[in-house]
Amino acid sequence: MSDYQNPRSPESSHREVGHREQHGTLETFPDPGLPEHKSRMADRDPQAAKRGERQVALLFGISVIGTIASMVVYFALPPDGTTSGVRLSTLSLGLGIAFALLGIGFGAVHWAKVLMSDHEKVDERHPVASDAETRAVAVQELEAGVKDSGIARRGVLKGAVISALALFPLTIAVPLVSSVGGDWNVSKFKHTLWRSGTRLAIDPSGRPIRAADVTIGSVVHVIPDVSEEERQSHEWITEKSKAVVLLVRLDPRDIVSTQAPQGEDWAYDGIVAYSKICTHVGCPVALYEQQTHHLLCPCHQSTFDVADSCKVVFGPAKRPLPQLPITVDDEGYLVAQSDFHEPVGPSFWERLK
Amino acid sequence: MTTSTGNTAPTTRTGKAADYLDQRTSVGSAVKEFARKVFPDHWSFLLGEIALYSFVVLILTGIFLTMFFVPSMSLVTYHGPPASMDGQLMSDAFASTLTMSFEVRGGLLMRQIHHWAALIFLAAIVTHMMRVFFTGAFRKPRELNWLVGMLLMILGLAAGFSGYSLPDDVLSGNGLRITDGVVKSIPLIGSYLSYFLFGGEFPGEHIIPRLFTVHILLVPGLILALIALHLFFVVLHKHTQYPGGGRTDKNVVGFPLFPVYVAKAGGFFFVVFGILALMGGTMAINNVWNYGPYDPSPVSAGAQPDWYMLFLEGSLRLMPGGAEFVTWGDFTVPLNVLIPAVVVPGLLFTFLFAYPFVEAAVTKDKREHHVLDRPRNVPVRTGLGVAFLTAFIILALAGSNDLIATHFHMSINAITWAFRVLFFVGPWFAFWVTKRICLGLQRKDRELVLHGHETGRIVRFAHGEYIEVHRPLDEQERWLRVNYPAHAPLEIEPATDARGVRRKGYKKDKQLQRLSRFFYEDRVEPVTPTELAAAHSHGEHDALEGAGHARIEAGAGAGVGGRASSSSRRTGPTSAGPEVPAQ
Amino acid sequence: MKALAARRHHRFAPVVLLLLALLVTGGVYAALAPTPANAETASTEDIETGQKLFQANCATCHGPNAEGTESAPSLVGVGAASVDFQVSTGRMPMQMDGPQALQKPRQFDEEQTAQLAAYVASLGVGPTIPTDEQVDASQGDIANGAALFRTNCAMCHNAVGAGGALSEGKFAPPLWDVSERNIYQAMLTGPQSMPVFNDATVTPEEKRDIIAYLVEQRDGSAGGLSLGSLGPVSEGLWAWIVGMGLLIGAAVWIGAKSS
Repeated sequence: MSDYQNPRSPESSHREVGHREQHGTLETFPDPGLPEHKSRMADRDPQAAKRGERQVALLFGISVIGTIASMVVYFALPPDGTTSGVRLSTLSLGLGIAFALLGIGFGAVHWAKVLMSDHEKVDERHPVASDAETRAVAVQELEAGVKDSGIARRGVLKGAVISALALFPLTIAVPLVSSVGGDWNVSKFKHTLWRSGTRLAIDPSGRPIRAADVTIGSVVHVIPDVSEEERQSHEWITEKSKAVVLLVRLDPRDIVSTQAPQGEDWAYDGIVAYSKICTHVGCPVALYEQQTHHLLCPCHQSTFDVADSCKVVFGPAKRPLPQLPITVDDEGYLVAQSDFHEPVGPSFWERLK
Repeated sequence: MTTSTGNTAPTTRTGKAADYLDQRTSVGSAVKEFARKVFPDHWSFLLGEIALYSFVVLILTGIFLTMFFVPSMSLVTYHGPPASMDGQLMSDAFASTLTMSFEVRGGLLMRQIHHWAALIFLAAIVTHMMRVFFTGAFRKPRELNWLVGMLLMILGLAAGFSGYSLPDDVLSGNGLRITDGVVKSIPLIGSYLSYFLFGGEFPGEHIIPRLFTVHILLVPGLILALIALHLFFVVLHKHTQYPGGGRTDKNVVGFPLFPVYVAKAGGFFFVVFGILALMGGTMAINNVWNYGPYDPSPVSAGAQPDWYMLFLEGSLRLMPGGAEFVTWGDFTVPLNVLIPAVVVPGLLFTFLFAYPFVEAAVTKDKREHHVLDRPRNVPVRTGLGVAFLTAFIILALAGSNDLIATHFHMSINAITWAFRVLFFVGPWFAFWVTKRICLGLQRKDRELVLHGHETGRIVRFAHGEYIEVHRPLDEQERWLRVNYPAHAPLEIEPATDARGVRRKGYKKDKQLQRLSRFFYEDRVEPVTPTELAAAHSHGEHDALEGAGHARIEAGAGAGVGGRASSSSRRTGPTSAGPEVPAQ
Repeated sequence: MKALAARRHHRFAPVVLLLLALLVTGGVYAALAPTPANAETASTEDIETGQKLFQANCATCHGPNAEGTESAPSLVGVGAASVDFQVSTGRMPMQMDGPQALQKPRQFDEEQTAQLAAYVASLGVGPTIPTDEQVDASQGDIANGAALFRTNCAMCHNAVGAGGALSEGKFAPPLWDVSERNIYQAMLTGPQSMPVFNDATVTPEEKRDIIAYLVEQRDGSAGGLSLGSLGPVSEGLWAWIVGMGLLIGAAVWIGAKSS
């Protein structure tokens, strides 16, 4: 064993962690102490130190050049609004700033690594917990304070303080919470802009659609036909979020089913319209595959079969996309028969209420 | 740096300035305390610094951006570059983003640096957490700082998400729409919570200004406060250090704050900023004019959030739809959204929050730890960490399944199914493999300590036996491999006391013991001096093994390995140096 | 070339070869004049040559009179635009069965493609090949094109036309290298999974606007390297690889002892 009993370094002489008596012998190795310090080139050779100094100075010099360069390109290359002009401006300014910063960074680190002392130092640690005496005093102080305030004895006072403190946040919370939710009328989820007779129009141009214009295999992204001014308003965006519809014309022979109840026809000569808002979490479902009649959501890949009531064939959605009942008016334009017969978009607690 | 009151007047200029300051702030004592404070040196200790510095860069570039950004959803008709946006109706928020990108000098650069810095901020937080987890730096007394770090990570996610949505473009708008869908799925209060967030129906005209306040005031304020607390704890506890000769739980070995760390850490700030500037100048990020102003109808392929939210996206993509159901009374419970968007991240975060406390409980460990673990020496922790990362990465990949499909010419449906299976199988497999690798590495360490390095020198004995000469480890090498505690499963008091009365709390203890067995049943004990001495005298070697003294992997199903390798090897260790064989 | 190779010993092969040789010679002459790509302007001679080409290369799947078989659709009424799109992008003749016909080096030169198109167009009225003016990006309105592209195309082809995934291994191809004429024809005819955007739902002017937007995208990104224009996933990947790679590299350098 004596081979392994190396002289301990002073730093580790107090070490005790890990010692374990077993079968009466010392069962751990002793800490060998800090490894021997290896001197660097710059410590041994003044020439190398000089070289290090020059390198550091050079790096800081590069930084200065980078700063100057970035100032020059800032004035010389303003973004002119074209793709290539903005790209050039961004690139040159970015490179200038990068050199200005990296010069300082690498210079400072190189300085520390090559020229500053690399002798490791040792600091003692002390237990995080304060010592017993301090803690005793602290407890004593607290107890004295509690006694002085009399909070333990005076029950009414205690109750009053707690009630006051617990209640006062309401003065801020109630006005805040009651105002941030607007009118809190969540039944709006259940209605859209579609009415009986509303024409179907092309998004975003707003042209109404004639049934004859839609050829088999066509897909049209549809909005309700409203005035130009209405489409410029902010309410429109909120309404559009619920009202967008995907219109598809299939070969009528391919249609397996629609959501129309017995005796009604919600399609028109192979033209069907379904809500574009996914029943999963509300992304616009829009990837229509003409050959398979599948409609895929690019967000989470829920796949719906347009030929078969838009039932889910794959992915995380559960319910089919709601169908918009359509027909044509006297002029041959496609119109809605009514609003959707169920709320569009993602499920929520009171959806069926 | 004197605390002079006048009788020892300083003469140097620095001295005078310091004296002036000190007489008004007593800064002297702080300088005395901190200037020569020792920090250990290791590259992995700089990961947290990357996060800190990218946060500073985020604030600097963020200030620039707030000067030009208009957090409003009022609609305007935009006129200006780029050509694809000229004359379009859009919100002020989007229009101001275009103006600052195409017309403000350096504006696009600042936006890109800001966005890259955000990605790097979270990437650095995650790698920093990995370092802390795998080295056991979260152990006493640092459990609370682990929690502070967790909160910082969650706030980082909040900062990233709120900022990502500000330009009001189609991509982030669809992200908000998904958020709305997730919020609505919460039973009872979902619809009202949605109104709470959006000030009415989605998208309304309040969400951008609200997110702006969250992004530039609320979240950064909290982050700053928690960073201060995080660093306060670092100073209070003093930094952890990697194991090695002379490094103990009672000291800290390293370089002084001033000047070495001021130069290194200060320099590193400029390096981080410089690299971010390089990225911002050369690599395009979130060029929102490609996506266009928010409109509820369009969506683009590759609709994904930034990388740190990809795991949620993947979780949503993997969940089959069948889980949605309607309760009695016709209430809808969309479990197909609740499970992936609320339960899965909830479980992942709970694991991270709880882990330090669980490990402390099953270890019954009340000591302070300042020397880090080598990951191999705590196989179950390392395995759990890798399993966690595997789950996270599988979810993130599932969130990118459409890009995997196009780039590797696979079916998106097949990929989704593969990930559905992998999400359950992958982490178990990763845990098992990692644990085996750790145990293997520990046995390798034992082997090295007992028998030394292979030298490749073959020596032939007079009686014809060949052996390879092994060179023993020097004491620093050996110390690294033997200086660790191999925790054993908890011992608990018996179920009944001496009089046969059933003890209270036995059931709880039993559960804890079961958990403790999971952690520490398979273990490799460090080599003891006795074992080493025995190994060196070749004759005793087998006797030692036979006596079962080297308790390698006590417990079920793992009793092979180290023992086999140390006894089956014909090559003996050398006790008197490499030149002379042992026999 | 497989389809061709397989038919090397066909009894019409020498005839076809001879015709091909003649056509190539003729093609050199014709090269100076602008291609008369429209079916209306096609001569009877072109139609006849096209028919022969069709029977040698396409009839196996589409039937001897293009009436369609179990494995391939009827081409009556698909129009010259459809033929020109499929053949000039190399999608047809199809090399092998798969989720969808892939783009590959074209098998027929422009002359032959025009003849095939002329033949198919003669079978029934269908969309015609657009004129050069109809696909002239410089006459399009980029902003309107961008808006139309967002609503009608970006969900499959990605916001700037970098391509995207469809179900079951199908995909919407990237549009960087697709010619203006082919873009127009694809919208008009709805090849494979792609839906049809006829002239009533997306007018010819709107189609040109979309082409103008796509051509504009070929200038690259204003921010620098576009990283594939694939959105946040590729950005995240680059942040980890380049950003964290460089930063950890720097950290290792800082932590390493100087020699």
